[in-house]
Amino acid sequence: MSAPETAEVLARNSDEAAEALISAQGLTKRFADFTAVDGIDFDVRRGEAFGFLGPNGAGKSSTMRMIGCVAPVTAGTLRILGRDPATQGPAIRARLGVVPQQDTLDLELTVRENLYVYGRYFGMSRAALRPKVDELMDFAQLSERANAKVEPLSGGMKRRLTIARSLINDPEILLLDEPTTGLDPQARHVLWDRLYRLKQAGVTLVLTTHYMDEAEQLCDRLVVMDGGRIVAEGSPQELIAAHSTREVAELRFAPGANAAAAERLSAALTGDRERIEALPDRVLLYVADGERAVARSHEIDLFPLSSLVRRSTLEDVFLRLTGRSLVD
Amino acid sequence: MTLEAPPTIAASNARASIALRVLPPGLYAGRGYVVLERAFRVYRRSWMVIFSGFFEPLFYLFALGTGLHKLVGTVLGPGGHPISYTAFIAPALLASSAMNGAVYDSTMNVFFKMKYAKLYDAMLATSLGPLDVALGEIGWALFRGGLYAAGFMIVMLVMGLMASAWAVLMLPAALLIACAFGAVGMAVTSYMKSFQDLDLVQVAILPMFLFSGTFYSLSVYPAWLRVVVECLPLHHGIAMLRGLNSGVLDGAMIAHVAYFLVMAAVGLVVTARRLDRLLLR
Ligand SMILES: Nc1ncnc2c1ncn2[C@@H]1O[C@H](COP(=O)(O)OP(=O)(O)OP(=O)(O)O)[C@@H](O)[C@H]1O
Ligand SMILES: [Mg+2]
Repeated sequence: MSAPETAEVLARNSDEAAEALISAQGLTKRFADFTAVDGIDFDVRRGEAFGFLGPNGAGKSSTMRMIGCVAPVTAGTLRILGRDPATQGPAIRARLGVVPQQDTLDLELTVRENLYVYGRYFGMSRAALRPKVDELMDFAQLSERANAKVEPLSGGMKRRLTIARSLINDPEILLLDEPTTGLDPQARHVLWDRLYRLKQAGVTLVLTTHYMDEAEQLCDRLVVMDGGRIVAEGSPQELIAAHSTREVAELRFAPGANAAAAERLSAALTGDRERIEALPDRVLLYVADGERAVARSHEIDLFPLSSLVRRSTLEDVFLRLTGRSLVD
Repeated sequence: MTLEAPPTIAASNARASIALRVLPPGLYAGRGYVVLERAFRVYRRSWMVIFSGFFEPLFYLFALGTGLHKLVGTVLGPGGHPISYTAFIAPALLASSAMNGAVYDSTMNVFFKMKYAKLYDAMLATSLGPLDVALGEIGWALFRGGLYAAGFMIVMLVMGLMASAWAVLMLPAALLIACAFGAVGMAVTSYMKSFQDLDLVQVAILPMFLFSGTFYSLSVYPAWLRVVVECLPLHHGIAMLRGLNSGVLDGAMIAHVAYFLVMAAVGLVVTARRLDRLLLR
């Protein structure tokens, strides 16, 4: 084994001792006088799946780009694998896999060549790449299109290729910026399965998503960002427990009658965490016991056109924390 | 070792020479050749595109060489020796085509790859640094320029237009010209915002081609215009190749070489820094 490889092994061992693979304190990103990321703190531990949730413009991609060492940090500290991205960008990037929000595939090359050439960028040998490329084309289910140009591929195929490409260097940390946006349900489930397997294999996942089911499925821990700040943090269950009630009763009244019904129903709420939300088309009751809330409504002579009782989801937490209206 | 070992800081630090310390850290991983390798892969399929660039200077040579040669006959070449008009313009056309090839590649092609194909974004998400990208892309422009120069020189040889044995040195000299124009072209491109801006490049290149003494000696100009033209890079390219073709080597040769070395170095540093600023922000 040559000297550089030994150095690499030593570096890895020292990382294992420090348990946070990524750690940020007061991390800030400014573009001219606009603050996209406003002093956030977080730690990502080895082997976990960590998620960034947040509405459009919350600063998720800006954060991901700083972690990916393709955007300099404006203020605060960021350490990835124990190293400083400002001075050791290429060395850190050598151990990351990156799926950017927008595909950056090489449209002048074929599917196979995209994987191959990308591996070469990492300094991998031709011999090591040959089996790796085949394996990844299999992974992305693109083996039949191996020698096709990338340009005419469907959006989902391109996305799969981007994800396969990010794995070429056997990354320790995989950064996925909205990995499944634009994929059909089949492709999303296949991808979740693949990501789950990568996690089992010890790869640390950091992802952003707009899909709450995706976050619930994949993330051990997540943060909700809004306006460049972290507004909540925890596991999906913790977040639901902390920011929502156990159940939600959705009562639909006649158009125009919802606000008035909500007014009257608010008297029926008991627990201190319970709350009510009037939407144009329905009333949401965040309560511990949904069936009882519906019964209450009947008791005060309010009969909704339809009612539905469900468990609270991450989506309720998300909307609670970041609001229902569009910000940008 | 560089091929087999995984990329490490130890290795890249060792490769980064002292000269590169002037650049910010993380700019160079010592792997520009993989960017060049990509270019070869792309053009392996579309070599006709490359081939076509080879004919442009030949057309000039045949058209002007045969047409004007009848009218002009012989002219005074470097060192005051009489020389056929065709042999007079041939090295100048070689210098111009080295410039044109490098400029085309480093402006049009680089602009497209930077702004639309997001190619450099993809490269910089790997362990490559901006200087690797700049070196690889300029290296490709250089290879292409070298190919054209070699082809053109073979035609010169066949037509008996090489006036001395020194003429073989026109090949490395043409590469130096291509390298300098490629580096500066890429640096300039990094400031461009739209395809319209690229038209400005042609506005600079075409007059330079026509007025830098390609078709006649600068002695026809008034003194002030001569000074202006003598500052232009293409003039140095033409004077260098013309001198080499005739085997007239004087102190001016050193000045020409130095001119292009400085131009290439400045272009390369500016390009690497701009890629860093533009894409890694
Ligand atoms: N290069 C840039 N220059 C100026 N402003 C930028 C730049 N990149 C991002 N921004 C701004 O920073 C803010 C955060 O952007 P970012 O892309 O990080 O959001 P996001 O959370 O990823 O949003 P989305 O869910 O829409 O992808 C936005 O207001 C955006 O306009
Ligand atoms: Mg984003």
